[in-house]
Amino acid sequence: MKDNAESYVTKDGRTIGPVVMEMKNITLRFGGVEAIKDISFDIREGEIRAIIGPNGAGKSSMLNVISGFYVPQDGEVWYKGARRPSMKPFEVAQQGIARTFQNIALFEGMTVLDNVMTGRLTHMKSGMLSQMMWRGAAEREEIENREIAEKIIDFLEIQAIRKTPVARLPYGLKKRVELARALAAEPSLLLLDEPMAGMNVEEKEDMSRFILDVNDEFGTTIALIEHDMGVVMDLSDRVVVMDYGKKIGDGTPHEVRNNQEVIDAYLGVAHD
Amino acid sequence: MNEQLAFTIEVFANGLMAGVLYALVALGFVLIYKASGIFNYAQGVMALFAAMTLVGIQNGQVPFAHLINAIFGTDVHKFGWHVHSFLAILLTVGVMILLAWAVQRFVFRHLVGQEPIILFMATIGLAYFLEGVADLMWGSELKALDVCAAEGACLPQGMNMWLEGTTYEAFGYGFFIDNLDIVASIIAALLVAGLVMFAQYTKQGRAMRAVADDHQAALSVGVSLNFIWILVWSLAGFVALVAGIMWGAKSGVQFSLSLIALKALPVLMLGGFTSIPGAIVGGLIIGVGEKLFEFLIGAPFLGGATENWFAYMLALLFLVFRPQGLFGEKIIERV
Repeated sequence: MKDNAESYVTKDGRTIGPVVMEMKNITLRFGGVEAIKDISFDIREGEIRAIIGPNGAGKSSMLNVISGFYVPQDGEVWYKGARRPSMKPFEVAQQGIARTFQNIALFEGMTVLDNVMTGRLTHMKSGMLSQMMWRGAAEREEIENREIAEKIIDFLEIQAIRKTPVARLPYGLKKRVELARALAAEPSLLLLDEPMAGMNVEEKEDMSRFILDVNDEFGTTIALIEHDMGVVMDLSDRVVVMDYGKKIGDGTPHEVRNNQEVIDAYLGVAHD
Repeated sequence: MNEQLAFTIEVFANGLMAGVLYALVALGFVLIYKASGIFNYAQGVMALFAAMTLVGIQNGQVPFAHLINAIFGTDVHKFGWHVHSFLAILLTVGVMILLAWAVQRFVFRHLVGQEPIILFMATIGLAYFLEGVADLMWGSELKALDVCAAEGACLPQGMNMWLEGTTYEAFGYGFFIDNLDIVASIIAALLVAGLVMFAQYTKQGRAMRAVADDHQAALSVGVSLNFIWILVWSLAGFVALVAGIMWGAKSGVQFSLSLIALKALPVLMLGGFTSIPGAIVGGLIIGVGEKLFEFLIGAPFLGGATENWFAYMLALLFLVFRPQGLFGEKIIERV
């Protein structure tokens, strides 16, 4: 096991930094149901960390704990070396943790560009009055933010639909716009909740490529949830496997694939 | 015939002016409904409360005078000073912001995620509560509201005279149009332009639109719902103040002011509950529509008093043929 503060270089030459987010003994209950049972794992800077598991394993709940949508009954969340107090989702976002949703949560009435610009909200500082006057600092700030938004739109190849209202876009593109909005926040941790759910093979390949490119180009730390074992194995540096709210595996894709418990969870065990 | 045409034009203009006021009240509804899905029945009472607070501050009334006198056996009613109109308006805006905060903190924060009907019921409760508070705070007698004439300090004397003027000569006819109405329209137009600019170009405006569109997504980009809700209630309070000033200046500040909320309902059905331009256009259509209908059809053929029901009938027709209103979002449920 590597030390928390240590960096190392992967086989394909990317540098993985020290631990940026650490979950310690997280337990989450809904009434009598334990969605997450005493799970600990960490996320290192610059890596792609996958959380996988069968339906109802508690993966999305875990992501919701990280992004502040759920408050765990037990356990600690450590972010950038400090224990994070219980926070509202918008406060978590202001700390530099951006996310996408399993069922897409976009501003349907706005254009793609406007949606991406909302991702910049946490970076806008000018006061209400100066912005209404539309001068100096506020204007400069708006232009800077616009440039970053446009860069991300280019990067994800959605220039052609910049001015299209999101409601009119097909599912696959909506997923990409949501990714663009999350990226616009220049997050230090990006959470993707099933970024490839409901996509066909071609769309999945596109999305995988974008995720890899984002990680490569911006050095963004990514934690993602995925169903599709094949995709996860190609994409991620390390994998956490959950089943019925428990952690049953944690390690490189290779280690996880050969873990008997994981194989049982995915393929089922013969009861005899 | 020409006489008739001139009259029609005059009625049309007066209708536009009335429409502006309807639009203002409707605007307050739209702001809150868009951002939080709450249909704020108390919007009319907020206009009343704002107008009463303004008059009370202007005249140097002691708030809760009756209550204080009853408890401490004193006999205070007035501070004995007059507050400059401009300062009084600023103070009233402050009071409305405080009210917005209190409403959010003590009522709606505890009702997050409840059914719309429950939120609606809460606003009905709020309306009666606020009416009671307004009564207790400032007394229930009819008061005159003179935004500028109070000490003659706010506008030059000539302006005051002009504000009270009414008649215009054009094409050889005398048109009867209140100058006060013209000023009111201009202020309303500026207010709407300001609101649109605010929503389009500021950080808070963008956050407001985000919340109006999707709460979950807004949270995920770092927007505090609570802050935005206080903001929209403050804006609605401000709009209510402007509406209250205008109605108050026309017909005095009295408790029937709160009934203008009922006039805003058909406006909303026409314009759509979620559209700011809809509230404006809807207000104008109803204002002009009811005046023209009364003048051309109601008075000559139907025995008059059609203004009381015309707006509601028009709204009913819209409900049948275009339930989302002129500009509202069409509701499509995919199956």
